[in-house]
Amino acid sequence: MKISRKEVEHVADLARLKLTEQEIELYTEQLNSILEYAAKLQQIDTTNVEPTAHAVQLYNVLREDEITDSMETEKVFENAPWAEDGYFRVPKIV
Amino acid sequence: MAYSDRYEMVCGVETHVEMATKTKIFCGCSTEFGKEPNSQVCPVCLGMPGALPVLNREAVNLAIKAGLALNCEIAEFSKFDRKNYFYPDVPKNFQTSQYDLPICKNGWLEITVDENPKRIGITRAHLEEDAGKLVHSGETITSSSSSGVDYNRSGVPLLEIVSEPDMRSIDEVIAYLEELVQIINYAGISDCKMEQGSVRFDVNVSLRPIGSKEFGVRTEIKNLNSFNSVRRCLEFEVERHAELYDEGQSPVQETRTWDEVKGITLSLRTKEEAEDYRYFPEPDLVPLVIDKQWVERIKATMPELPAAKRNRFQALGLSAYDAGVLTSSKAMADYFEQALAKFDDAKTLANWVMGDLSGLLNAHSCPIEDSPIAPEQLADLLGLLQKGEISGKIAKTVIAEMYQTSKDAATIIKEKGLAQISDEETLGKIVDEVIAQNPKSVADYQSGKKNALGFLVGQVMKATKGQANPGLVNKLLKEKLS
Repeated sequence: MKISRKEVEHVADLARLKLTEQEIELYTEQLNSILEYAAKLQQIDTTNVEPTAHAVQLYNVLREDEITDSMETEKVFENAPWAEDGYFRVPKIV
Repeated sequence: MAYSDRYEMVCGVETHVEMATKTKIFCGCSTEFGKEPNSQVCPVCLGMPGALPVLNREAVNLAIKAGLALNCEIAEFSKFDRKNYFYPDVPKNFQTSQYDLPICKNGWLEITVDENPKRIGITRAHLEEDAGKLVHSGETITSSSSSGVDYNRSGVPLLEIVSEPDMRSIDEVIAYLEELVQIINYAGISDCKMEQGSVRFDVNVSLRPIGSKEFGVRTEIKNLNSFNSVRRCLEFEVERHAELYDEGQSPVQETRTWDEVKGITLSLRTKEEAEDYRYFPEPDLVPLVIDKQWVERIKATMPELPAAKRNRFQALGLSAYDAGVLTSSKAMADYFEQALAKFDDAKTLANWVMGDLSGLLNAHSCPIEDSPIAPEQLADLLGLLQKGEISGKIAKTVIAEMYQTSKDAATIIKEKGLAQISDEETLGKIVDEVIAQNPKSVADYQSGKKNALGFLVGQVMKATKGQANPGLVNKLLKEKLS
């Protein structure tokens, strides 16, 4: 199954990436070669194999419902490009 | 012309419920409502690089409990997935949710509309995290130049409950929502404070010609936060669909938003622009394995649910309507039952709880759980009424005073001298006076106008400021005038 130029544009759009013509072509080619490589896995017979939900065989890692300290206000906004009156601020959304 | 002459409505609802845990689903930040913005956040719920989520055991317990209360199968194996999208209320650029292996599936609840019981299927219920809250600088999101984000709500545990498209009228939809919220509230899954956004609904609706088996084109209206909004929104939307079909057109499959002020729905995005969430398994969380013992442990903590309570109240001699009102919230039912433990005339108690007490509470916008009159105090008041120590009229005065002061009925009756006069000698004298002062009514009564007695009883009640025992007054008047 080949990935089309249209799919690359769609994925770029979903990822909020603006690609040039050259980039679209380059990534279409690169993504296809990656997928081709991974397609080798399709040759393995997986009948009767349960889908893997997680890479490690570990279940039920849980914490008790107990309150822990939240961050101090100064720390919260330390990396924020824009914050005012206790809020993170973001540019116009829609 | 109403749409229902020509079309049948088909509706399903997705309900998001904020669960009553102390902490968030993947970190130990508090879930308390109404705190300073961004005061209950940490690297996990702010989506900082490298921060790792750990699942809250209580959130899982509550999800299992909700599943049991909604007659669902509880999955033995369940996992979390990432739902990817960009929006500033989701700091990680994905929401941790459950995609193909939800914790609960295949359940149902029963509704009754026009005395017809009907089962509404529950497709699934899954765990996920809530998003932050956006505060727009302008009046609406589109007119704002920028927005503020408060992440206190980010990571609050949500249960998303998805119904089957089983509802065929707006009344059925509302009945489903009311029953669902009651069950969730009773089982202690959520405080269900609608005004705080603890419960939100997305409705999917379509119309089809009556008799048709195919579904019509559906639209989804997102983020409704009250039963009233759902009703008004659906009333608008089904008429909109009906008009389009009548004109030979068709609605388009799309997501819409409800404008509460204008009372209309507006397009948000069409099917072509529909999100592509690219779900994939959450690598930072290991799967859940829920064994029978775990489910049994939760089952053992299940309180009586609304349907069972309604049946039990009806068995006490209450009407279906009274039982419905008294179980409409858990707080109301708890109040009634606590009072009932001390005063066993269920019908009289129901009348007072639904009548005078609710009247006082409503007038002061006071929820019943904060009532200044404790259930035991109401029971005591009704006990005094039953024993004839006060009249019904005085009881109404006393309950109003109890509401203001939270004092016991007996104290108020004593302080204000409101006890009923049941002493024959004292009442006899007053009756004699009334007879002497009203010769015309006396003559009327004696000449056969039995109505005149009512007037004379009224005069005695007036002379005693309503404190005379009405039964005794009747008896004395009849004796003295015969």
